[in-house]
Amino acid sequence: MTSSPAVPRSDVRLHIVTGKGGTGKTTVAAALALALAGHSQRVLLAEVEERQGISQTFDVPPLGPEETRVARTASGGEVVGLSVEPKRALMEYLQLFYKLGRAGRILEKFGAVDFATTIAPGVRDVLLIGRVYEANRRRLDGKHKGQGPPAYDALVLDAPPTGRIGRFLGVNSEVADLAKVGPIHSQSQSIMRLLTSTQAQVHFVTLLEEMPVQETLEAVAELREKGLHPGFVVVNMVREPLLDDAALEQARAGRLHRSSITNQLVEAGVKATPGLVDGLMTEARDHAHRVDLEREQLELLTASGLPIISLPALPEGAADSGSIRQLADLIATQGMV
Amino acid sequence: MTSATASNTASNTGSKSASKTASAPVLDVDALLADPATEIIVCCGSGGVGKTTTAAALGLRAAESGRRTVVLTIDPARRLAQSLGLTELDNTPREVHGIDTSAGGSLHAMMLDMKRTFDEVVIAHSEPDKAEQILANPFYQAVSSSFAGTQEYMAMEKLGQLKSSADDWDLIIVDTPPSRSALDFLDAPNRLGSFLDGRFIRLMTAPAKLSGRAGLKVFGFGVQLVSSTLTKILGGQMLQDLETFVSALETMFGGFRERADVTYRLLSQEGTAFIVVAAPERDALREASFFVDRLEADRMPLAGLVVNRIGQVAASGLTPAKALSVAEALDESGGPRSATNAAGVLRLHAALVKTAERQRELADRFTRAHPGIPVTHVPALSRDVHDLESLREVGNALAGA
Repeated sequence: MTSSPAVPRSDVRLHIVTGKGGTGKTTVAAALALALAGHSQRVLLAEVEERQGISQTFDVPPLGPEETRVARTASGGEVVGLSVEPKRALMEYLQLFYKLGRAGRILEKFGAVDFATTIAPGVRDVLLIGRVYEANRRRLDGKHKGQGPPAYDALVLDAPPTGRIGRFLGVNSEVADLAKVGPIHSQSQSIMRLLTSTQAQVHFVTLLEEMPVQETLEAVAELREKGLHPGFVVVNMVREPLLDDAALEQARAGRLHRSSITNQLVEAGVKATPGLVDGLMTEARDHAHRVDLEREQLELLTASGLPIISLPALPEGAADSGSIRQLADLIATQGMV
Repeated sequence: MTSATASNTASNTGSKSASKTASAPVLDVDALLADPATEIIVCCGSGGVGKTTTAAALGLRAAESGRRTVVLTIDPARRLAQSLGLTELDNTPREVHGIDTSAGGSLHAMMLDMKRTFDEVVIAHSEPDKAEQILANPFYQAVSSSFAGTQEYMAMEKLGQLKSSADDWDLIIVDTPPSRSALDFLDAPNRLGSFLDGRFIRLMTAPAKLSGRAGLKVFGFGVQLVSSTLTKILGGQMLQDLETFVSALETMFGGFRERADVTYRLLSQEGTAFIVVAAPERDALREASFFVDRLEADRMPLAGLVVNRIGQVAASGLTPAKALSVAEALDESGGPRSATNAAGVLRLHAALVKTAERQRELADRFTRAHPGIPVTHVPALSRDVHDLESLREVGNALAGA
C-alpha cells in the first residue's frame, strides 16, 4: 500500500478516532496522540467510555478524572490522558458555567444528576464531548478567554465505535434543537461549531474485513451528512501476504505445483506426508482467498476518496507502550500528522 | 432434567476443585438448542466479535433441528441481513426461506426498529389523546429515535413482546446491542424502573400532582432551588417540555418498574441461556470475563462461552520452528520457482500455527480464571459469513460437528 498524499493539517486541533469494536481504535488513538506529541506538542488524549483503555495502553495506573501525563517524547512533547466521567463532567460543567456549588450538590441529591448522566441518554454524550470542548478552549493559564497560548496544542478523542459515532457526535445538534433557547442551547451550538469546523476531523480505524469496512463507509457518509469532516482511514493490523502474487494466483486456483513443493520439502529434510502437503495446500488456498477479500475491501475504502494509511499487526497482538511508539512513528512517516 | 439443562447449570460448579491444566467442559450447543426447556438464548459480548453471526447461526441450526425459532437482531451487517432475507428494518419477524424444514422447524428473523417499538409501547399503554401528546413531545422524539441507550430499553421491550406471543415460538434468540458498556441491556430496564420511582421524577411531576404550597412542603426548601437551577440551565420552555415528557412517561409506564422486573425475571429464569461470545484476543476475552462475572453475580443462567474465529491450521505435524528453518534454507539455496513457493507456504504455515497457539493460550487463560464454564471454539472461515450455507458451517462448528 502506498502512503497517501499528505493533507495540510496545521488547522486540525481535534482528532476524533472511531472504528468498529475490535479494530484497535484505542491503540491507534494512543499512537496518534504520541505522533502529535512528537512535534514537541502538548496533546490531550481523552477516552469517554470509562474503559481505562488509555492507562492499559501506556502501562500506567488507571486514570481518574484528572488530566494526567501518560507519556513524554524525546522532543519534549507530552501526552496527557483523561478518562471523562459523565457525573464529574456535569458537576464541573455546572461549577464552571453557573458557579453552582451548593445547588449542584442538591441536584445530585434529588437524582437530577443521575437523570442527566444515565437516563436522559443524549445529555450524557453532550457532557462527554463538552468536557473535551472545554479542554480545547482552555488556555495555558487555565482561563477560557484571552489570547494566551492554548493548554493543548492538539486533542485526540478516543470516541465511541462506528455504530454509535453518528449519534454521539450529532447529539449536540439534537440537543440544540430540543433546547430552543438558553444556555444548553448555546453550549450545544458552540460544540457543534467546533465539531463541524475545519479544526476537527474524524478518523476511522478499520481492518480489511467486510463488516468494519462497511461500517466505516456508512459512518463516513453519515458524518459527512452531518457536516463533520472525515480525516484519515487507518487500516490496522495489516499483514503482508506471505506468498508473492504469482504464488497466490496458483494457490487460489489450486495449481501450486504439488510435487515440486513436496520435493523441496523432502530435500530440506521434512517428512512430507501426503496429509501434510494437502494441509499446506489448503492453508495456501485459504490465505489466497483472504488476501483477495482484503484487496476488495481496500478498493472499497480507496473509493471513499479519503487518505489511507496502514499499520501492521503488532507482534503477539498485544499493545504496550513500546509498540505504541512504533505505530506513532509509522503514523508520522505516512503523513497523518 | 435433560443434558442441556445440565450444561446450563455447569457454570455453577465453579466450587469444584479445578485441575491446574485448563480443560474447559464443552458447551453442548446441540443439546442446548434441542432442549424444549430452552426458550430464550441471549448472545452477548463486546463489539466486533461476531455476536450477530453467532445468533443467526444458532437460529438456523435450531430451526433445522425442528424448533420454531425467531432471531432478534439489533444491527446486522447488510449482507448478513440479506442472507436472512431481511431487506428492511420493519420490526416484524419475517420468515427466512431456503432452510431445511423437514424436521418441522421454522426460522424467522427481524431487525429491531427502536423508534417504532417505543411508539407502539406508547400507543398500547396510554389513552389516544395522551399518546398523541407524547408522540409529539420533542423530548420523546429525541429520546425515542436517536439517543444512545434507547436501543437497550427497546431490545428488552421487544424481547418481552416476542415472549408474550410465545405460542408462536419455541425459541427466541437475541443479539444484544453494541453498547458502551456491554451489559447495558441488563441494567437498562432496572435503571429506568428505579429512576421512575425516584425523587427526581416525583419532583418533576410534583407541580402537576400537588399544586401550590402543599406540594412544595413535601419536598421542602430544596425543590425551589432545584427548580430555579433547572430553569436557569435549561430555560423555561425546555423545562416545560421535560415536565410534560416525564409526567407522560410516568402515567404511561404506571407500572414500569413491574415491567422492568418482568423482563429481568425473564432473563434470569431457567428457560433462558446466556452465551458469551468472544474473539480469541486479549481485550475481547477480558471483556468476556467481565460478562461472565457479572452474569454470575446476577445469577443469570450462563450456558457458556463461544470463542469465535480461532485460526485454523490444516497441516499437522510441522512445528513453526522447523517450517521457518526450512523456509530459510530454501531461500538461501536460491532455488527454482518451486523453492520460493515452498518457502512461502512454510512461512505461512508457521504464522498460522503461531497465531492458533497464541489464541488457544488466551482461551486457556480464560478457562483457568473461570474453570467450569463450558466453552466451544469456532474456527475462522476463509471468507465472510453472508449466506445460509456459511451460517450452517458456523452452526456446525458451534456444535463441534
